[in-house]
Amino acid sequence: MKPDKLLLIGGSAGSLQVMLSVLTSVGNDFPMPVLVILHRNSSFDSTLEELFFSRTAMVTKEVEEKEQPVAGMVYLCPADYHVLIEEDRSFSLDYSERVHFSRPSIDVTFKSAADVYRAGTIAVLLSGGNADGAEGLAYIKVQGGMTVVQDPGTADVPYMPQHAISRMQPDHILAADDISTFIRSLAGYR
Amino acid sequence: MEFNPIQYEELDLLLGDIYRQYGYDFSEYSKASLQRRIHRLFTLDKFPSFAEFRYRLQADPQYFRRFVEEITVNVTEMLRDPSFYRTLRTSILPVLATYPFIRIWHAGCATGEEVYSMAILLKEAGLLHKSLLYGTDINPLVIEKARKGIFPVSQMQKYSENYIQSGGVNDFSGYYTANYHLAKFDSSLRGRMIFSTHNLVSDFSFNEFQLILCRNVLIYFERELQSRVFQLFDYSLENFGFLALGSKESLRFSPIASRYKQVGKEKIWRKTHEAG
Repeated sequence: MKPDKLLLIGGSAGSLQVMLSVLTSVGNDFPMPVLVILHRNSSFDSTLEELFFSRTAMVTKEVEEKEQPVAGMVYLCPADYHVLIEEDRSFSLDYSERVHFSRPSIDVTFKSAADVYRAGTIAVLLSGGNADGAEGLAYIKVQGGMTVVQDPGTADVPYMPQHAISRMQPDHILAADDISTFIRSLAGYR
Repeated sequence: MEFNPIQYEELDLLLGDIYRQYGYDFSEYSKASLQRRIHRLFTLDKFPSFAEFRYRLQADPQYFRRFVEEITVNVTEMLRDPSFYRTLRTSILPVLATYPFIRIWHAGCATGEEVYSMAILLKEAGLLHKSLLYGTDINPLVIEKARKGIFPVSQMQKYSENYIQSGGVNDFSGYYTANYHLAKFDSSLRGRMIFSTHNLVSDFSFNEFQLILCRNVLIYFERELQSRVFQLFDYSLENFGFLALGSKESLRFSPIASRYKQVGKEKIWRKTHEAG
């Protein structure tokens, strides 16, 4: 069955620890696929996948082109490619120009996901030193999805969440620790 | 933040118009990327409505030319993925060296950086004089650029690093002449290249090659079209020839997979026998 919801987590500098703690707080019965868009250097490619794999209860893999997402799995955007979502929910890779100096770009994936999942889009924007993500979050709101921004006061690098909050009004602004609770609530955990 | 006026339904209308009027068939391109590129053009050219965008495309062939130039992805670089080029140097070129004449096809070469990269490798292996490199792309504008062999000088530091990592031992700057912000590549490299437009969707095989490179093109095609393009490559490849793809592309799900064997860890496959 094709998932009708997708959890997107976007982050840049200073976001890795929060991402890991969020993902360790839920299990592989999580009711939707999770797509992680993390700015990173291409040379650390495989290390990051192994890190997620060893630290989380969910099965983590790098996005492959035309792959159909499955609930309870974590998908990582590959370094140096944008990830887009097709109408049939499958992933597409795209090697076009960087956006906000980034490939993968959080904006690109957020917007593409919102066109397909609409109100079923749930997006979390974490720490970072880049303007990426704000426009994507705004677009998710237009499509009726849910938007969460890390409280800049709790972010290692506050610029990215701060920029998003200045550009749009997220549904929730949460401290790093509360993001895990929020994600667990999505799964119906207590 | 406004709603994207070009959703999948509008996209289908537009692609139908274009096929009927201009004969270009984009219907089997991956829709998400196409939608994003078309929306980008729509915004860039400040169209007030989808209807006006659609009308302009129908009424103005010059604008359609711009459309083709803008919606195809032309991002490329020299010696991208240095380990790939290192494998070409160490494992592939020594095999090609045994042929009296070497023909290589860069399918979807965009502005040609990979073709110039290959020419440098061939030159260093002493093979350029007996090689011909064919560079093709659907987009006539990028083919014009490829013919000139002039690239931004700002990229040269990165390319020079790629060159060293790929196993290059010469001074990379010896291959071009810098003039203000442009770098013009040596005409001895250009002399062994042929550039032409070619549409992988609708055009046929035009020669037989020992090596075909098509990197980061197939990710923009739907599965059926990918299969047909693989068959075109298979038909255009000599037995024991090589097919090289982008770092996230694979022959795995293709109809020709059973007759190809992967070379090491890179995305390079060797044809082991002809179709039965």
